Amino acid sequence: MSQISTASVATGGSAPSGPRRSERTGRLPNWALWACFAGAAVVVGALWPVFDLNIALFVLYTVVLGTLAVYLLTRTTEGSRRATDRLVTCLVVSAFGLAMVPLVSLVWEVVSRGAARLDGEFFSSSLVGIVGEGGGAYHAIMGTLIITALTTLISVPIGLMTAIFLVEYARGRLKRAITFMVDVMTGIPSIVAGLFAYALFAIFLGPGIRLGIMGAIALSVLMIPVVVRSAEEVLKLVPNELREASYALGVPKWRTIVKVVIPTAIAGLGTGVTLAIARVVGETAPLLITLGITNATNVNAFDSRMATLPVYAYYQLTQPGVPPQFATDRAWTAALVLIILVMGLNVVARFISRFFAPKSGR
Amino acid sequence: MKLSTTSRAVVLSAALAGTLALTACGAANEEAAGGGGGGEETGSSTELSGALDGAGASSQQAAMQGWTAGYSSVQPGVTVNYDPVGSGGGREQFIAGGTDFAGSDAALDEEELTAAQERCAGGEVFELPNYISPIAVVYNLDGVEELNLSSEVVAGIFDQKITNWNDPAIAADNPDATLPDLAITPVNRSDESGTTENFTEYLAAAAAEAWTYEPDGNWPVAGGEAAQGTSGVVSAVGGGNGTIGYADLSQAGDLGVANIGVGEEFVTPTPEAAAAVVENSERLEGRGEYDFAIELARDTAESGSYPIVLVSYHVGCVTYDEQETADLVADFMGYVISEEGQQAAAEAAGSAPISDTLREQAQTAVDAITAG
Amino acid sequence: MSSTRTTPPSPAGTGRSVRRPGDRVFAGTAKGAGILILVILAGVAAFLVVEAVPALTAPAEDIPGDRGLAGYIAPLVFGTLLAAVIALLVATPLAVAIALFIAYYAPRRMAQGLGYLVDLLAAIPSIVYGFWGIFWLAPKLVPFYEWLERRLGFIPLFAGPASTTGRTMLTAGLVLAVMILPIVSAISREVFLQVPSLHREAALALGATRWEMIRMAVLPYGRSGVIGGSMLGLGRALGETMAVAIVLSVSGGITFNLISSGNPSTIAANIALEFPESSGIDINTLIASGLALFVITLAVNMLARAIVNRRADFSGAN
Repeated sequence: MSQISTASVATGGSAPSGPRRSERTGRLPNWALWACFAGAAVVVGALWPVFDLNIALFVLYTVVLGTLAVYLLTRTTEGSRRATDRLVTCLVVSAFGLAMVPLVSLVWEVVSRGAARLDGEFFSSSLVGIVGEGGGAYHAIMGTLIITALTTLISVPIGLMTAIFLVEYARGRLKRAITFMVDVMTGIPSIVAGLFAYALFAIFLGPGIRLGIMGAIALSVLMIPVVVRSAEEVLKLVPNELREASYALGVPKWRTIVKVVIPTAIAGLGTGVTLAIARVVGETAPLLITLGITNATNVNAFDSRMATLPVYAYYQLTQPGVPPQFATDRAWTAALVLIILVMGLNVVARFISRFFAPKSGR
Repeated sequence: MKLSTTSRAVVLSAALAGTLALTACGAANEEAAGGGGGGEETGSSTELSGALDGAGASSQQAAMQGWTAGYSSVQPGVTVNYDPVGSGGGREQFIAGGTDFAGSDAALDEEELTAAQERCAGGEVFELPNYISPIAVVYNLDGVEELNLSSEVVAGIFDQKITNWNDPAIAADNPDATLPDLAITPVNRSDESGTTENFTEYLAAAAAEAWTYEPDGNWPVAGGEAAQGTSGVVSAVGGGNGTIGYADLSQAGDLGVANIGVGEEFVTPTPEAAAAVVENSERLEGRGEYDFAIELARDTAESGSYPIVLVSYHVGCVTYDEQETADLVADFMGYVISEEGQQAAAEAAGSAPISDTLREQAQTAVDAITAG
Repeated sequence: MSSTRTTPPSPAGTGRSVRRPGDRVFAGTAKGAGILILVILAGVAAFLVVEAVPALTAPAEDIPGDRGLAGYIAPLVFGTLLAAVIALLVATPLAVAIALFIAYYAPRRMAQGLGYLVDLLAAIPSIVYGFWGIFWLAPKLVPFYEWLERRLGFIPLFAGPASTTGRTMLTAGLVLAVMILPIVSAISREVFLQVPSLHREAALALGATRWEMIRMAVLPYGRSGVIGGSMLGLGRALGETMAVAIVLSVSGGITFNLISSGNPSTIAANIALEFPESSGIDINTLIASGLALFVITLAVNMLARAIVNRRADFSGAN
């Protein structure tokens, strides 16, 4: 890509440029750009003792100075268009670098703090009878898997069918209404979804009720719109030619959808669904008020409280015992396990894309 | 479509098998506990089984962890669940019949008491002050190892009237310390909490002139630093310089802990000093026979009493509908108030064990729990 | 999908009847799913309204703070909007830069890995962001806030006094920005990658530099997608609960001072902080504030949809 653009510009760089000085056609060697930044680093480094810098400011000044140097150098040798191009490249790359700082530090923080307890016991035991050291999150891991599976089971059929309805069937007012409502639903604050599920079950089963299924319903309220949105986008991308070809062969509409449209879009659907799962798997607020917490393993989503990883992490962090260290370690490990779980889901999504997609694709 | 149906089936079943393998193994520590139904215990009179649900104050969550852990070795067949939803939620759920007992940082008010009696088959309600935890005034100030604060100074600092560490009022309490010229950042809880309620209650009672706010679970003064939960306050105090806050003593960690003026002396918060003030407090009048709600003597001048304490109650019925629930509650509460149980809580949460007098009181309530 | 398996497969290619039983069942199921969404949403809205009514009709002194419902909710609405706007202002340019970098600047192989990493970050639970915010970010920002107060204190935004713990509105906004960064950049990236290669190649063939190609071909095409993505991020920032509850030091009313300890809370964080210990009318008040949040998100979504709809639909199905 970069070679193409540089080559094409190098030859075609003489666009009409009015009264300005005509474009220079010289080429800067690659090392010259790096030299700009190296020079900037040296200059800023020399000023370190004078201005009492720290590492963050050092990097900041170096990047600013280096970018400026690159811009001026390119402007004098290659002209203003190339200079702007270089400037933007520097800006994009440094903005990217800036954005990576918090993201990388976040991952680093979780991994370094969570690795301490990433042992066999964490995966094999619950918190029953644990005071202080040891213990694990077996019950919370099971809870998260079950709740997520239930949520997926509820959300994906509803979400997918709605998306199909929107793309293939709906016209007019109803379509607009549903599209709009799905948008609204995307904006439901997670804690409100939790309150809703709680109130719904409290009407039938009395206040103070805590069930796994309540959590799954609260999460479904959050997940359905995400599934609809992503599935809708993906289904829209299926070219009409495929549908028309299928109709032309006399295939009924529903079979066209099941056999042509969905298989064509399966990779995108899979990715969308896994990302939607990833979106809800870490939700804390709604689960806090619908599932509660327990120390023991409960795999029955229709009976009493269940532990889940986010709630587990939350309580281990906010209500640690004495000394707090052990509970805090467990909390970070729970967060790490959650991230690993999501990573696994992403791998599954890639797998789906690769094996289920028809040949053509992108 | 490149893949045949069979290969897809293989993929699916492999995924399923993986999930099942994970499901099958169960929690290692629970099997040991749950499978031991052979009646090997010696101490307990009867062997019980079943599940006991409680919910309420998050303050006693750590202690409850100690109690449930200790209790599972006495009665391996019983699962005790405690959901730290908060005192208000705990009382509400108990009254609504969702749980068997509640943990609450405050005693039931009149209205709740009536509702609770209805819930308890028209019978009485027990309230036992089983969790006593000193609330420490914690600070982070370089170079100051020991800090004495009278109640008026505490009130002044948290009301943002005393704003600098070298204020003459603080210096008067600490003649030997070198106090820096540094702004004070008071840290309070941002969530509604029993800790805040107890702390403001103390300020209102012990420093009535300097503290003009009503006791409240919500922090009444605007503009200070606020943090979520005890752990939030501790990390905010630890994260700043010249910060001061209030938190459970057990969670204070490396932070400095101020000695609080009581009468003529300054008392270091200890579990013993906290238990002392509870024992010297009056019982609330006009409530049931087994209702041991107390009016804490916040303005005590007694030597060796530490007045900033959080007392968390266990609230339950004296009469339950079902025999099984009554047995479970009675047995569990019996364990909680026992020396062993209080020791377990002290180890797990750093709480103050209840005194023998309190234990005897509570035992009468536990013995009275029946079904009917 | 299972519902489709149970319907009898009609033999393909036997005539051209428009309505076959399979079709009818399938269309009905799809329509039912769509209508179910309307029902769920109506349920949520109805629940919010019903539970909020006691607070709406209660006398002012019963509402916490004694200033009536409007007096209670106004600072929360302000705080919610302020935090979300800060987040959006910080996150959108960075997200676009990330998307452009991954789509057009990074080497192919590296780009895939980076895209994967950014996607992953969207799934980190919000409490982790919260704890990262207080343990890592807030202390590191304290010197920066002190500097802002010293040098830019004349601007009301940075009037100070600077917080000594760094748990300020600006920090909360930055944490939210980091949280929505993956969402906004993932959507922007998708849109940028969908720019028809003919457009891009045409621009390059005319001698455009890479930036000119992006400015002329990519950005106009992707604009509605970027806006849609940032609105989605805005929605997430408005409704974020745990991270704000953990990071923000909430005490005080409406203020534009971004770097002091006294900040207005946000609606969602306030619900999380107050709900557990609340009872009676306090709960109704909190739910009324939830209703306000619901209305705000509704407005944001309507705005986003209006913006996105101004552009022609590129759907293949239309």
